[in-house]
Amino acid sequence: MLTDDYHPLKGKRLEVLKADGSVVKELDPKLDDATLLSIYRTMVLTRLADDKAVKLQRQGRLGAYPPTKGQEASQIGPAVAMEKDDWTVWAFRELGNLIHRGVPLWRLYLYWMGNEEGSNYVEGQRITPSAVPVGSQIPHSVGIAYAARSRKERTAVVCYFGDGGTSEGEFHEGLNFAGVWKTPNVFICQNNQWAISVPRSRQTAADTIAQKAIAYGFPGIQVDGNDVLAMYIATNEALERARNGEGPTLIESYTYRMGDHTTSDDATRYRLEKELEEWAQKDPIKRFRTYLVNRGLWDDAKETALNEELAAFVEEAVKKAEAYPRPTLEDTFKFTYEKMPEELEEQLAALRDDLGKEG
Amino acid sequence: MALMNMVQAINTTLKEEMERDESVVILGEDVGTDGGVFRLTEGLLAKFGPERVIDTPLAEAGIVGTSIGMAMNGLRPIAEVQFMGFSYLALNQMICHAARMRNRTRGRLSVPMVLRMPYGAGVKALEHHSESTEALYCQIPGLKVVVPSTPLEAKGLLTSAIRDPDPVVFLEPTRSYRMLKEEVPEGEYLIPLSQARKVQDGKDVTVIGWGAMMPLIQKAVDSLRGKVSCDVLDLRTLSPADWKAVIASVKDTGRAVVVQEAPRSFGVGAEIVARINEKALLSLEAPVERVTAPDVTVPLPKGEDYYYISPDRIIKAIMRTASY
Repeated sequence: MLTDDYHPLKGKRLEVLKADGSVVKELDPKLDDATLLSIYRTMVLTRLADDKAVKLQRQGRLGAYPPTKGQEASQIGPAVAMEKDDWTVWAFRELGNLIHRGVPLWRLYLYWMGNEEGSNYVEGQRITPSAVPVGSQIPHSVGIAYAARSRKERTAVVCYFGDGGTSEGEFHEGLNFAGVWKTPNVFICQNNQWAISVPRSRQTAADTIAQKAIAYGFPGIQVDGNDVLAMYIATNEALERARNGEGPTLIESYTYRMGDHTTSDDATRYRLEKELEEWAQKDPIKRFRTYLVNRGLWDDAKETALNEELAAFVEEAVKKAEAYPRPTLEDTFKFTYEKMPEELEEQLAALRDDLGKEG
Repeated sequence: MALMNMVQAINTTLKEEMERDESVVILGEDVGTDGGVFRLTEGLLAKFGPERVIDTPLAEAGIVGTSIGMAMNGLRPIAEVQFMGFSYLALNQMICHAARMRNRTRGRLSVPMVLRMPYGAGVKALEHHSESTEALYCQIPGLKVVVPSTPLEAKGLLTSAIRDPDPVVFLEPTRSYRMLKEEVPEGEYLIPLSQARKVQDGKDVTVIGWGAMMPLIQKAVDSLRGKVSCDVLDLRTLSPADWKAVIASVKDTGRAVVVQEAPRSFGVGAEIVARINEKALLSLEAPVERVTAPDVTVPLPKGEDYYYISPDRIIKAIMRTASY
């Protein structure tokens, strides 16, 4: 088991894909070519879609947005390991996971543009909306997993949060409940080294975040989060354990936030350019591309064609999101309860009168 | 029919709803083996097993947070928090998630759960065991807040709360748990939410209360029988409330007294007065009186009698209003 071989207290980090694009043979998941190419495709799409979101924000066409650049492997590796009926419970910097699992990009843009319809994903899609209060989604993932098990489903729940989130009480409560209940949870901490301006060393005195799992009574593992194959195999093993009724796993994805915390943040106020340059060398997409090139699956012509195709796809998504109608006045009322109480009907009518034709 | 106190009525309701609907689960501290600190869940573990009657670790945000997840994935959790004064640890979950999941996903996900807890003073309890902070929850769109006042009421309202598609905060008056017994029907008994109860008809003064205040109001109006004729309303659901019933009564009597266990300022009572002001001002013959606790911390048992509302204070308020 990877979680034994890479036990957090051994000080080892799981790596499959090296910086030069070579693979640790005995860990190679031997994914087929089509899967490898689909991973690369989502990685590039995520990068392009993310860059575009930042640009749209700068142009005043999208609200505050948390860039995900540099964390694509950390999000897409697990998505590849997940089954359609598994759940993603996310925080707010998991664009790659959502895209790979089939959430329409235009919906996600719509959300960041400020429309609740942006969280109304495809019917039946098992993905919660983003959770802005840090760490508060973690107990939900445990409840979802408990319910799945009690309904005799063989599904698992992947829950994302950041290094900052591990300081929240709900991280402790969620993981503690999961340990006691042995729920089918896979907790993925995207340790991107920074919680806005506060470095990882100021969140916890523990050497790793992965080792916190031990105190909760289940396995943890630290994984190179810029290595999509390592994230894949770690999640795959954890999902297997979850499905077999062997309980939860904590995966610490050791990665780096290449961008600002959000578009409202300026990371140059607190972190050194040198650190950014070092991490740029470990770019997850570059590394995976080298691997594909080495395997003869990729070349410059394909790269150019893919970039053109995906850039056009992103533009289409922007267009669709921007063309989406603004919520009506009634929309802002009618989802408060399943059935609108008389009281709200009256408030709606009164507000409509006050607003005149605007409503 | 069987004679029951409120604890028995709630226990029976939980049992019947769990029998009726397999998706109903109960979770909280000591709800299993111990049957709950007030014995509300007595016998349920033996009947339904530990997968459906779950003794949780000691963590209110964890109880409510996992309940939200369960509710989003097809269960109907009933979360118990041991005292209202401990529910603040879970406020983030109730406000940021339970209350708004339906709206923020445009109906894709919803949270049909009940958060049950005892509330209120008048039982000479420890610190943090006497809270009546219902207004905190009433302020949150997306939540429903329900307070039963008798065993029969508890059965009908809790049944509706459990079957409701939205999150319901169900506040059980600690003081009334074992105060009185009444006939409670066996089998299905529902009281619709957001409908006030007319306790008695009267023509002089409307008296409005809920929960643990109802027996005190009853004492007060009984002692005024023959002198002042009171129209008594039990609000039952504080949010969304039955304002029509309040306004109709006040329009008839032209006078009103609101009795609220909680501190005076910014409470449900203030909202009631505002509604009367908006919809029945021209019918009023007197200012609307509020009988409330003062804006101070609930005293420890030795000082509780200063704080806790007595029938005498209600009588005085009714008399002032009637003779204004």
